[in-house]
Amino acid sequence: MNKQLIGLALLCVPVLASSAATKVSEHTLRNGLKVLVKEDHRSPVVVSQVWYKVGSSYEPGGITGASHMLEHMMFKGTDRHPAGEFSKIIAANGGDENAFTGQDYTAYFQTMAASKLSVSLELEADRMRNLHLLPEELKKELQVVTEERRMRTDDNPQAKMQEHFMAMVYSNSPYKNPVIGWPADIAAYTVKDLQAWYQRWYAPNNATLVVVGDVKPQDVFDLAEKYFANLKTSEIETLKPQTEVEQRGIRKMTVKLPAKLPYVLMGYKVPTLKTVEQEWESYALEVLAGVLDGGSSARLTSGLVRGKQIAVSAGASYSMTDRLASLFALEATPNEGKTAQNLETALKAEITKLQKDLVSNEELQRIKAQVLASNIYEKDSNFYQAMQLGMLETVGLGWQKADEYVEKVNQVTAEQVRDVARKYLIEDHLTVAYLEPQAINNGAGKTEKKGAK
Amino acid sequence: MPIRLLSFILLLFCNTLWAAAKIEHWQTPQGSRVYYVQTEGLPMVDIQVVLDAGSARDGKQFGVASLTADLLDAGAGSWDADDIAKRFESVGAQFGAGASTDLVTLSLRTLTDTALFSKALETMQVILSKPSFNKADFSREQKRTLAMLKQTEESPGDLAGIAFSNALYGGHPYAHPTAGIMKTVAALTPGDLKNFYKKYYVATNAMVVIVGDVPKQQAEQIAEKLLAGLPAGQKPEALPDVTMPAKATQQHIEFPSSQTHVLVGLPGSYRKDPDYFPLYVGNHVLGGSGLVSKLFNEVREKRGLAYSASSSFAPLLKQGPFTIGLQTRNDQTQQALEVLNQTLNDFISKGPTPEELTSAKQNIVGGFAMRFDTNKELANYVAMIGFYDLPLDYLDTFQQNVEKVTIAEIVDAFKRRVNPQLLQTVTVGQAKTDSAK
Repeated sequence: MNKQLIGLALLCVPVLASSAATKVSEHTLRNGLKVLVKEDHRSPVVVSQVWYKVGSSYEPGGITGASHMLEHMMFKGTDRHPAGEFSKIIAANGGDENAFTGQDYTAYFQTMAASKLSVSLELEADRMRNLHLLPEELKKELQVVTEERRMRTDDNPQAKMQEHFMAMVYSNSPYKNPVIGWPADIAAYTVKDLQAWYQRWYAPNNATLVVVGDVKPQDVFDLAEKYFANLKTSEIETLKPQTEVEQRGIRKMTVKLPAKLPYVLMGYKVPTLKTVEQEWESYALEVLAGVLDGGSSARLTSGLVRGKQIAVSAGASYSMTDRLASLFALEATPNEGKTAQNLETALKAEITKLQKDLVSNEELQRIKAQVLASNIYEKDSNFYQAMQLGMLETVGLGWQKADEYVEKVNQVTAEQVRDVARKYLIEDHLTVAYLEPQAINNGAGKTEKKGAK
Repeated sequence: MPIRLLSFILLLFCNTLWAAAKIEHWQTPQGSRVYYVQTEGLPMVDIQVVLDAGSARDGKQFGVASLTADLLDAGAGSWDADDIAKRFESVGAQFGAGASTDLVTLSLRTLTDTALFSKALETMQVILSKPSFNKADFSREQKRTLAMLKQTEESPGDLAGIAFSNALYGGHPYAHPTAGIMKTVAALTPGDLKNFYKKYYVATNAMVVIVGDVPKQQAEQIAEKLLAGLPAGQKPEALPDVTMPAKATQQHIEFPSSQTHVLVGLPGSYRKDPDYFPLYVGNHVLGGSGLVSKLFNEVREKRGLAYSASSSFAPLLKQGPFTIGLQTRNDQTQQALEVLNQTLNDFISKGPTPEELTSAKQNIVGGFAMRFDTNKELANYVAMIGFYDLPLDYLDTFQQNVEKVTIAEIVDAFKRRVNPQLLQTVTVGQAKTDSAK
């Protein structure tokens, strides 16, 4: 209790740089539910998120996408509230809500007036253990998810190519499967599959509640105790490691789809903060991504889009917070008269440059300035802050990593950037995919017009 | 107990009281309007310059407004694109410029630390008042725009959107896509952009929005400095009125996608529309409230026909589009269209039930604070209030205006404004689904 008090006292001293910067308060219920609270009193609102440690990378073959399907079914009713009522209650209380599923997590959120937090917590606690999975609801929702897949992936050439790409990148890592699931798996889900998935993962000891906004930590802890404390735990089996085997040589593929522009996608297998042996390597890869794609002054836009003018757009990304080893990805769309292969060559030349020469001090400082500023801009959004805490906690890094980020990035040197480029961005661990556009056969853009009725 | 009490007192000290945003407004000496809200707690500021220079001002050169905005930070004063990007990014500032239908927005987000802030502001000022529009940059950005336009042809959703605007607006400046079309963009020259810039990027046609942790005196200096390089100029002439379509039409574009994209609608509401609140609240019930709207319920929850189904009014200076949209498996298109039209017609004739209206009001009023709980969202709201010349207490009275809306007003407004005999329907997908696919 004394500790708690000191924490609160510190919170009230305006921090010099930014008085809205507050610490995270943490409390774990006896049933294992972890509660994280961050105060932000600028506006009388609150965001509340429940994060489950389950996502597409937890799924065995045959039921890929089950986590996402279950996310949809979580709106379909419990003992206490029939299908659709959850959303109606939230809406009537002025709330906004939704959910999202990723490779490593499934999360549900509401944003509400701060005074309505209990409404959201009561409903989330209810559906954590008391979901009704009804065959007729599943039948309809299966169609909805199939439509979602058509919209997001099947009718979008670049998204579809990315799906094929990931399936080739990984030999045995579950990251090879799309979050939304393969079509044949989606079509074959049964209530039994989803029931088992729900029983296995939806429990307080596999969840984190994150609350950010105009609240006091102790009040949130009290509410969490009130609504969640009675929930039973589940025995959470340890996940099998499914560690990706080492890639032994470059992989290449061509994807042919009805499209208008070619596109190239490249990925080097790299460790993440969770899997890396020496932490600094992960931060160095993060800075390296900034050197290539940290804004309009970064090398890809400045060099390939503006300088050589061979790309319409070009980007690089590294998701350092993935639970399993993942990718350093590069992508580009060629300019008129250039090919995807031209861009592959140009992107590889950028990598070679990073392996040979040290990044200039000016570039490094620019990236650090952006990281420092972004860290303040991010505090403008409660939702973003909650996302950050929830994700870090859910992948097993711990929310404290959010506080270390700026400092760790600041410590990265030019030598370290060069060293990780040499160590990890190697051709034998590279996968390349080319989108080869096929004619869009629509009877030459045939349009039928008619006056109706 | 004593411990509890003590922490309560401590919290009282650091809690800042919340009040709806206090918008201050004045004019610069050259006649530009300034809107300012001071926010505390984060050492940052969001600044926008907004001009009546969107694609509605394109004339016959579809895309000229958008390309002009794109070129601003490609070279200005003595700097090229790299210099400009470095100037912003070396101080952690974020800059963007882009056109929409009615307007162009230049936006800057920066820290308030004096050295960082000054460099960012100076850069924005030069971009706004001395853009170069040189030939090499122009030709590069023109090519990129053409590539982007080409890419829209691989997206059934984009194709539907373009055909829909054309169907609604015919010869009106709202008819064409903001980015233009291949033919007109290919014909543009740097001179066209310079002329467009000269005419519309003038002080009387500009307004400034400042939201952040800067005192008022500094805000005044910011606004003056930003616009100092612009000539006074003239306000552009009023946009032509929108003519309603003569009759309902249905248009199908054949496309090899697995879903058909469906758009139904007509020219809807404008910002100063006396029917705005009845239409807004009514639409919230019909298709504007996400997971609980009538359309969502009929199309998705009851029948599983689509992932998303929604409707919206997008009010502009003149009547912006009223749009109902969904995407469904090709062979279900007819069924989905019937459900959509049935739901709409039902709503037009009966309006919401008392319970539906109450729920909608609870949702809008109860969630109102969340719409501008970030500086970024607040800046966007203030820009909207300023650009469309809405009352400064717009946010303060919004909830009351919503509460006042009655079922009769909604029915009346929808009957007059959403005439089913004038609805434009666009479908993009495969009309004849071969089993081969």
